[in-house]
Amino acid sequence: MDIFGRLTLESLPFYSVIAASGAAVTVLGGLAVVGAITYFGAWRMVMTQWVSSVDHKKIGIMYIMLALVMLLRGFVDAAMMRSQQAIALNNEGYLPPDHFDQIFSSHGTIMIFFMAMPFLSGLANLIVPQQIGSRDVAFPFMNSVSLWLTTAGAGLMLISLVVGKFSTAGWTGYPPYSGVEYTPGVGVDYWLWMVFIAGFGTTMTGINFLVTIFKCRAPGMTMFRLPLFTWTMFITSVLIIFAFPALTVACGMLILDRNFGFHFFTNGMGGNMMNYINLFWLWGHPEVYILILPAFGVFSEVVSVFSQKRLFGYISLVCATIAIGLLSFTVWLHHFFTMGSSARVNSFFGTMTTIISVPTGVKVFDWLLTMYRGRIIFKPPMLFTIGFLVTFVIGGLSGVLLALPPIDYMMHNTTFLVAHFHNMIIPGVLFGYLAGYMYWFPKAFGFKLNERWGTISFWCWIIGFYIAFMPLYVLGLLGMPRRMEHYEIAAWQPHLIAAWVGAFIIMLGLIALAVQLVVSVRERKQALDLTGDPWNGRSLEWATSSPAAPYNFAVLPKVESREAWWDMKQRGVAYRRPEKYEDIVMPKNTYAGLVIGVAGGVFGFAAIWWMWWLAFSALAVIVGTIIYRASDDDDEFVMTASEVKAIEDARFAQLAKAPKNEMADEPGFAGEAAPEPAT
Amino acid sequence: MSSIADMTINPRDAERYEEKDFGFWLYLMSDAVIFACLFATYLVMVGNTAGGPTPKDVFSLDRAAAETALLLLSSTTFGVAAVALSAGERSKVLLWLAITFLLGASFIFLEFGEFRGLIAEGAGPERSGFLSAFFTLVGTHGLHVSVGLVWILVMIGQVFFKGLTAPVASRLMRLGLFWHFLDIIWVVIFSVVYLPGLV
Amino acid sequence: MEIKSGLQIERTIKPYLIGLALAVILTAIPFGLVAAGSLPRQTTLIIIAGFAVVQILVHLTFFLHIDFRTTPRENLVALAFAVVLIFIMVGGSLWIMFDLYRRMMV
Repeated sequence: MDIFGRLTLESLPFYSVIAASGAAVTVLGGLAVVGAITYFGAWRMVMTQWVSSVDHKKIGIMYIMLALVMLLRGFVDAAMMRSQQAIALNNEGYLPPDHFDQIFSSHGTIMIFFMAMPFLSGLANLIVPQQIGSRDVAFPFMNSVSLWLTTAGAGLMLISLVVGKFSTAGWTGYPPYSGVEYTPGVGVDYWLWMVFIAGFGTTMTGINFLVTIFKCRAPGMTMFRLPLFTWTMFITSVLIIFAFPALTVACGMLILDRNFGFHFFTNGMGGNMMNYINLFWLWGHPEVYILILPAFGVFSEVVSVFSQKRLFGYISLVCATIAIGLLSFTVWLHHFFTMGSSARVNSFFGTMTTIISVPTGVKVFDWLLTMYRGRIIFKPPMLFTIGFLVTFVIGGLSGVLLALPPIDYMMHNTTFLVAHFHNMIIPGVLFGYLAGYMYWFPKAFGFKLNERWGTISFWCWIIGFYIAFMPLYVLGLLGMPRRMEHYEIAAWQPHLIAAWVGAFIIMLGLIALAVQLVVSVRERKQALDLTGDPWNGRSLEWATSSPAAPYNFAVLPKVESREAWWDMKQRGVAYRRPEKYEDIVMPKNTYAGLVIGVAGGVFGFAAIWWMWWLAFSALAVIVGTIIYRASDDDDEFVMTASEVKAIEDARFAQLAKAPKNEMADEPGFAGEAAPEPAT
Repeated sequence: MSSIADMTINPRDAERYEEKDFGFWLYLMSDAVIFACLFATYLVMVGNTAGGPTPKDVFSLDRAAAETALLLLSSTTFGVAAVALSAGERSKVLLWLAITFLLGASFIFLEFGEFRGLIAEGAGPERSGFLSAFFTLVGTHGLHVSVGLVWILVMIGQVFFKGLTAPVASRLMRLGLFWHFLDIIWVVIFSVVYLPGLV
Repeated sequence: MEIKSGLQIERTIKPYLIGLALAVILTAIPFGLVAAGSLPRQTTLIIIAGFAVVQILVHLTFFLHIDFRTTPRENLVALAFAVVLIFIMVGGSLWIMFDLYRRMMV
């Protein structure tokens, strides 16, 4: 038996300068991280307080860190593609086709699986338990496993830059091209295993949050008093639980085809390639709603707080979210209108696709009506929200166009489609998560992000977006297909050069984000959030300190209305010292989550390279760890009442030094929550 | 030997067990969707025999009946174990868990033999799309049963060493949910795969 | 103290024996029909399907103890939602795939 499977020295990326550079950056980046931790003597802290943590707030922060790193990584892919297409008129450009194909494949895979999904998991982890008045998620250990399995998938993506090649089959991996007959080699296997492994992590996150939101709410927090971000995470969790199985099956079957000679999707021998497409999009359509719903939730929170006004149409927003969730399972065929289905089938799914735009329209009106007659505060999260409202609607309009099968026949797989989905994902998903990042950053770290650089980042992002993607709509109408490594139609090039300029401006936006972080850390003492409520907020997460104590709430709040925190401030019961403190039972930290994640990554790597002995060993480690954990009845510790009191006393001391309302000096401040005057 | 009444559960732990039960139930729902996708694939591909063996050639009514009987009996014996659990009778729990394990292991033994025989006569999953779908659907179920068997062994160990404590009992109840769920899937398997294939 | 988790529920062996008996009947008849081959194919298939549905209900009731009284409502809702979704996903997939087969020989 071969110890190294099909891994050889030729798997190293010395065949191309670009590949070798990518590998070098990855390896050096990893070494830099390790070096920095060593330099600051922080290994003990990193391992005992972060890596082994089962605290949802820490897990949330780690997810967001992963997302931001992968945002950079995915953007590099985009920049390379834009550069190639800007120059490749009647010439080969600088990227050979094989490399270009790997890049568009990894760009989509990274952005969806390793940027957007971790970003939403991170924000949900950080905030949802605090919004519902809970101490943690329902399953803290499983939460840690989810994080590390997702990280294992991202790790495989980064390793694919160093050892072997990545898939050239796009982020969707359609057979028969992605089958072993047409694409032997490790690329598609890398893609399959990283998606498969990360998918398990995500499914567990869905189960975790559905149980948490349903069962761990504070007394008085009924479902119809939940803040909108939590509502959207609730529906997102339902979508995750019921959609991801289809992806698991599709990827599992392709793995069996490629590695064990099965004939699910082969060309001949009874294979059915359309079945893959059907299964993949059964997952794929709900997936885009999984990505967007939490962003809608963020926008609901931000638009209310920064219009200094109650969210308009709460019930309609909740009903619209539920409707979107249900409908998202009824439209999937619109991703393959052109594959020859009958008019009856195509028109059914086309009709459902146009219908699904309606609840989103309801939401847009609710957000606009929240802003109407509000006192708008133009901080970066609100800028991203307003930018979203305008830009996302344009993308939605192009979607309604594409929903009509006869039109889709002309536009399918042109850059019009590429423009459409980026027009949904960037202003929708990304602006939402960037807004959430800036909005909730003080809650995570105790100080605010620098506003000037946030504003600069926003303007670069939105201007860059329009310049990068509007030309793509035009190009699609001119007939340019997507994923082209070079082309011969001169009329296309000016648009592609414009798109390149747009990408350049987006890059400035990313740089501004990085600068914002550095500057904010350096100047954190001037931007401290001493009360825990930096924006004069309305939901319960603003009741905790910033950052929150490990247990979030020393005494679980009693909720009496929607906008629980605003209501508490209004009734004058905010920041009340409880009469006495109780012992609090907390889950213990554990390395078992990390072990399962690392073993999962090793399993994936071993399966890709056919090192079956290693794959079985890694599987044994995973099983052993699970059995060990399932036999462990001693996974909690007690935080004594006096320890809790000490933490709370320190908080109240800090509150005494804090300004009464951190927004009081803000121009346009509409006043704090005060008891209603007696009539 | 503690009876169920002696199993003091404080309210916080009771909440925890409810959460775990609900979470596990949700996992079973996602598993049901996985099987649904596998069934749909099977139905689409059952005719894709690529000139090779058809369902009539590879299925055996007798073996399917035997496998069904074993699994159904094992569900019943697990129920007997659950009754013993609620009565706090530790050795009975161990006995009936062991019997359930033997019945389940016999099921796997039969199925393993079925697969090996088919592969030996050239009717393995690489022969055609139909066979790929068959092996994957029935094999995924068999994999779940095998995981269940490992879980039964772990629980036998836990009951033996820790007794019928509340955490052990709550794990046993979830194992029961899993085991009965797998029997339901088997009902669908013989109703969609074996019986229609032999009609 | 009301504890809803399954731990404190007194269990008797009766439901399991009833379930076993019903399941045996609901299994034996379809198997017997296939062995005998006496009814036309379409009829046999319909009987198999019908008995399967009933047997699933038998398993849910007598082995999983699902009922409208003691089972937590969220479990019932999750189950109902799963049933509806599976119907849409499997039904939709079969519709699409057989339509494609007719038109595109896929």
